[in-house]
Amino acid sequence: MLFAFSSSLSYFLSPRQVLLKHPAPGDIFRLGGIVQVGTVVKGQRDDKPYTSFRITDGQASIPVVYTGILPDLFRQGQGVVTIGSMAPGEHEFIADTVLAKHGASYMPADVEQALKKAGKWNPKFGPPPNAATWNDKTPQQIEAENQGSQPQ
Amino acid sequence: MESPLTQNYAADTGIVTKPGGAGAWLHRYANPGRFQRLVTPILPWLAGFALLVTITGLIWGFFFSPPDWQQGIASRIMYVHVPSAWVAMNGYALLAICSLLSIVWRHPLADLAAQEISPIGAGFAALCLITGSLWGRPDWGTYWVWDARLTSVLILFFLYLGHATLIRAFDNPQHGYRAAAILGLVGVINLPIIVFSVYWWNTLHQGNTISLTGPSKIYITMLWPLLVSTIGFYATFFAVILARISSAIMEQRTRVLLLTSAENSGTVALDTPS
Repeated sequence: MLFAFSSSLSYFLSPRQVLLKHPAPGDIFRLGGIVQVGTVVKGQRDDKPYTSFRITDGQASIPVVYTGILPDLFRQGQGVVTIGSMAPGEHEFIADTVLAKHGASYMPADVEQALKKAGKWNPKFGPPPNAATWNDKTPQQIEAENQGSQPQ
Repeated sequence: MESPLTQNYAADTGIVTKPGGAGAWLHRYANPGRFQRLVTPILPWLAGFALLVTITGLIWGFFFSPPDWQQGIASRIMYVHVPSAWVAMNGYALLAICSLLSIVWRHPLADLAAQEISPIGAGFAALCLITGSLWGRPDWGTYWVWDARLTSVLILFFLYLGHATLIRAFDNPQHGYRAAAILGLVGVINLPIIVFSVYWWNTLHQGNTISLTGPSKIYITMLWPLLVSTIGFYATFFAVILARISSAIMEQRTRVLLLTSAENSGTVALDTPS
């Protein structure tokens, strides 16, 4: 019972939880996780623009289809919460709403660029590295530190 | 017979009161008297410090800190949002300590402090909710969601409002102090829920950025204005609270003096010209 109470306090289900629970098609719930890199496809369906992508939690992933305007922070490799229901018969989630989930890191653009150049981080593949490696270093220091060791 | 505390009050005010009647509960204001002597001289300095540091922190944060690479300038809302959240939560912890002092030791200053903290705490909680909402629209894509973090902070706001209402709801203030102190203590359970909500449950709200034990996930040029702004918000909170407690003490003293003089003169006319 405590577990049920606890899970009802959770704002969203992860793909793994959805595959375990098998919500009935049409039941509205929230599906959250990371937008899987390389799965975002934009197209037209019935004259309406739509976006499809997969939401993953590292263990399982579920294809999502969404028709509408994406929030500014919607990015591959970043957190997202979608509201909608499973399509009948198909293993596909039809989202009515897409919310971007922001990470806990606060970083200026030049530091992000420096981490990228140094090969220490690609935002597409998850959260930034250990904060101690960047939170008080100048972009030049960050670039200089790892050049050569991890060329990209 | 006068208690030493009554004599203390008499020395404070130059008024010797009769035992019994209004005089019997005068002794309670002995400690508030010491509070007044302590607070009155430092209050202008604290208020000036609060104003200066808050303005410095906010100007630094709004105009001289780098925007976040993803959120852009919307990230600067944190220089108001985060300090107000911290003050709202620790303000409630302070309210709970006052409630405990009130229930266990019947400390009269604690009752006054609790009475003056809750409206101000509600203000900081509201500021936190409003700024968070304004940030949520561009960055999440929504003003509000019912996730565990947002909901528990909304509950904090309602606890403050409930306390502020309850403590003023009785003709006999002692009844209000008692009831509000119980509410204040029960509400403490909400504090760990706010803090750990982002780890116990899946929430739309992100996890903690600032860490006291490990490296903080925030760049140093954003961390400094955030810390300065936080010190400013705390100083503002304490300056306002102390000023309010001080005037609440004066208000009670005035009431007691009026009661006493009415008792001594045998009339109840409070506006008799002298």
